[in-house]
Amino acid sequence: MNSVILSKTYIEPPFCEKEILRYAGCRGEREEISVLLKECIDEVKDKLAYKVCYRELSIKTVGVTCDFEVFSVHSEKLARNLKGCEKVILFAATVGVEIDRLIGKYGRLSPTKALLFQAIGAERIEALCDAFCADIKKEYNTGLEPRFSPGYGDLPLSAQKNIFAVLDPERRIGLTLNSSLLMSPSKSVTAFVGLGNTEKTSSNKCSLCEKTDCTLRGV
Amino acid sequence: MNFKDYLKNHIVYLDGGIGTLLQAGGLKPGEYPERWNLSHHDVIIDIHKAYFDAGSNIVCTNTFGANCLKFADDELEQIIKAAVANAKKAREQSVQKGEKFIALDIGPSGKLLKPLGDLDFEDAVNVFSKTVKFGVKYGVDLIIIETMNDSYETKAALLAAKENSNLPVIVSNAYGEDGKLMTGASPAAMVAMLEGMGADAIGANCSLGPRQLRGVAEELLQKASVPVILKPNAGLPKSINGKTVFDVTVDEFSDEVAALVKKGVRVVGGCCGTTPEYIASLYSKTSELAPVPIADKKITVVSSYTHAIEFGESPILIGERINPTGKKRFKQALLENDIDYILSEGVNQQEKGVHILDVNVGLPDIDEVQMLKNTVCELQAIIDLPLQIDTSNIAAMEEALRRYNGKAMINSVNGKRESMEAIFPLVKKYGGLVVALTLDENGIPDTAQGRVKIAENILKVANKYGIDKKDIIFDTLAMTISADNKAAVATLSSLKTIKNELGCHTSLGVSNISFGLPNRDAVNGTFFALALQNGLSAAIMNPYSVDMMKTYYAYRALKGLDENCAEYIGSAESFVVTVTSVAAAAPKTTEEYSSELQHAVIKGFKDKAGELTKNLLSSVDPLEIVNNEIIPALNIVGDGFEKKTVYLPQLLMSAEAAKSAFEVIKASMSGKEKAGTKGVIVIATVYGDIHDIGKNIVKLLLENYGFDVVDLGKDVPPEIIAKTAIKLRAPLVGLSALMTTTVPAMEETIKLLREKAPWCKIVVGGAVLTKEYADKIGADKYAKDAMESVRYAEEIINGGKE
Repeated sequence: MNSVILSKTYIEPPFCEKEILRYAGCRGEREEISVLLKECIDEVKDKLAYKVCYRELSIKTVGVTCDFEVFSVHSEKLARNLKGCEKVILFAATVGVEIDRLIGKYGRLSPTKALLFQAIGAERIEALCDAFCADIKKEYNTGLEPRFSPGYGDLPLSAQKNIFAVLDPERRIGLTLNSSLLMSPSKSVTAFVGLGNTEKTSSNKCSLCEKTDCTLRGV
Repeated sequence: MNFKDYLKNHIVYLDGGIGTLLQAGGLKPGEYPERWNLSHHDVIIDIHKAYFDAGSNIVCTNTFGANCLKFADDELEQIIKAAVANAKKAREQSVQKGEKFIALDIGPSGKLLKPLGDLDFEDAVNVFSKTVKFGVKYGVDLIIIETMNDSYETKAALLAAKENSNLPVIVSNAYGEDGKLMTGASPAAMVAMLEGMGADAIGANCSLGPRQLRGVAEELLQKASVPVILKPNAGLPKSINGKTVFDVTVDEFSDEVAALVKKGVRVVGGCCGTTPEYIASLYSKTSELAPVPIADKKITVVSSYTHAIEFGESPILIGERINPTGKKRFKQALLENDIDYILSEGVNQQEKGVHILDVNVGLPDIDEVQMLKNTVCELQAIIDLPLQIDTSNIAAMEEALRRYNGKAMINSVNGKRESMEAIFPLVKKYGGLVVALTLDENGIPDTAQGRVKIAENILKVANKYGIDKKDIIFDTLAMTISADNKAAVATLSSLKTIKNELGCHTSLGVSNISFGLPNRDAVNGTFFALALQNGLSAAIMNPYSVDMMKTYYAYRALKGLDENCAEYIGSAESFVVTVTSVAAAAPKTTEEYSSELQHAVIKGFKDKAGELTKNLLSSVDPLEIVNNEIIPALNIVGDGFEKKTVYLPQLLMSAEAAKSAFEVIKASMSGKEKAGTKGVIVIATVYGDIHDIGKNIVKLLLENYGFDVVDLGKDVPPEIIAKTAIKLRAPLVGLSALMTTTVPAMEETIKLLREKAPWCKIVVGGAVLTKEYADKIGADKYAKDAMESVRYAEEIINGGKE
């Protein structure tokens, strides 16, 4: 088993306004919102950190148990996701505290901007995860399973404790776990990515999700 | 020799990395290294001994994560006891002849402090205090606080060390590639705060290799008047055949660090990836060097959680608007606990260009201790300017200084014995730059001579408390010339003497000079210019005053402080008179809306809605504006949202525009009898949950529709919600929860409300809730969005009369 925890820092991925608007609950263009969104993007540009720490783990799935050697979790959905994989990348990613500060600031001053920064944060962390996974795909020269995080399907949030114990993200990327098992900074992701299977990643990630009544569901 | 004495005249060698060595020794992923103090003490002793043998003067105990968040108290004590014993044993076994000290190692708690995370500041102090007490009990020589990536947590740890020991404390932070801490502090800001609190050495460790940390080390050397620490990583970790390998070699490492020792770094070692070999090489390259003496940099400075503000040639502007004196609207905000209004005063002043915010929230009818503490916490959550804590209530001062994330300005002390005895111990303990008023038991001397004499006495007494003159800034008291036409002369002349002869910085509350006169701005602006010429370093002033800002920019341009007059030119545009701006900027009303104001609200033009309302108020009754303009506009948008032709951000933009119109109306009616409201609604995000965007949206809309909303904030315990509902006999309570894990807290709150406030209806909302869930936990209503909350409130409070 590879025991090395590695870190990567990314340059700012391009902003996708359409995706941000989707997170903000807009299904179409509205000029006054676009103007405000541009203002928000200008304010947040170059202010965020894009950091990931990760390590390679081996995986054996037995029934609903996913055994990563250093810890194991019970999740039927994750077991299905990782079926046939021998290795996974476990990673933690964050865009840092500044986005939380902006959300907090405008929460007091302008709820519209708070909503937009919230949406920007969601888009940013997804963009970071995409950039990281694209890297891994290239480095390992392999297909990837869709990334799978605690809270997806039947994978409990308590798996965060295991993940934090083996990734040391507090020290590596400044990511901490709250007693509620949510993370601070809030725009952060931890996930398993199965390596070496045939490509299942769809261009429409929503199609993999079972929550069909989700308001954010892409068409 | 004791550590502090040794530090004065020596280069001090710390140890190197321990984690990589433990992994090589078999530490498993996820296993706590601190437990190895007990289970593998031989391995730990060997590592410590190897460092002492390599030349380390300080070995840090293997207690990086030893805190009561990770370990139960009993185990924590056993771990620290064993860790200290291991280090002592290594010291006995080492053959090295030099001085050997044992430092209690304190790393980050692993939690982020509020408001970014969920660990309360005082809880953090308690966590570190436990570790410190055990360290003291088992006999360490000093404390090292290291790898902290957040200034607030660093402050909590240093405070814990100071409050629970008399040991020397050295403090080292983890800076990122941008040269700042993860939460934003610059090296200069950290120096200001940590020196103010009495750290014995300050520095940088971890995260990067020595080359990447060079800039940080140089900035620390430039600013710090205490020894600088450098303890870098051996570069970045790489994976080679499944093993961790760091990319900076022993030689490169010791060369880089040695170069910085020559520049003045005095406490050196290694962090992740370094081994005894690294330390031995560093020792051999530097042990013959003469240590660079530590010089007092004589910097007068305050800091926020991001940056430091130095007092010098360029005038410092201190915004005076967070203060209820003479401001009805502000008083109202304080009485209503309307923190948002106070925050917007802060943000507006920042946009005007002030460097520091004065914070005064004293009012006879409020609990100032609580209010000041809250205001400071709220301000520093969203504004990165240093704060000047302004109160005569000593308990409030202490609470605010304790919670302040940086080195604050303290307003104020004066020449009275009682004042100095109360304030100076706080300055010494928490750090700070204290404003000293030149008055004493006999009042304010009329002459400059008298005021200077008081200043001299203040300096003498401060010195006894160990407070240097660089941390005192004198205010020679501007008093109105309308009462005494020699008042300005005495103020200016004492200012000049204090600056030139005592070598101290000065500050004035400029606006006082014109009290009782017409067109005060003109007098203030001119007095400001005179004061600057006489050596004024900082002014407590109104940044909305065009005359004051003109003087500021013009003075800097004239003094050669503004390259190419760039800032003056930039500011000049904003001083152009804009009488016709509203009329000119407003496009013609679109025919489909009945008025410009309606159009502004519907389109969400916030500033315009406010200005149009202001204009309308001269001819139209406020209630008419509300009923005939704002409410119909809101209804159009609200209906659109329900029909899904208007999106959430649009709904919010309109709500904000309406709010800005309401704000104008509120200000015009301030002090007068209030228009009837529809009833009080209490809202909160439930205990354990820190998400409040949804709750804030609901609040905004409810207020728009004329409800009085008492917002208890986020993470609110059930008891507080119930207590408030009873106190206000609220007909409706709104609860928000975002996480499945906090829905039980919502259920508990509902139960308590049913018991204590049975009349009260409860509406719930939030991402994880559904109608079924809401029914299950006993809510009266599940609202899927903010509009539905408004409709329900109307139904409950107006009995569906709408």
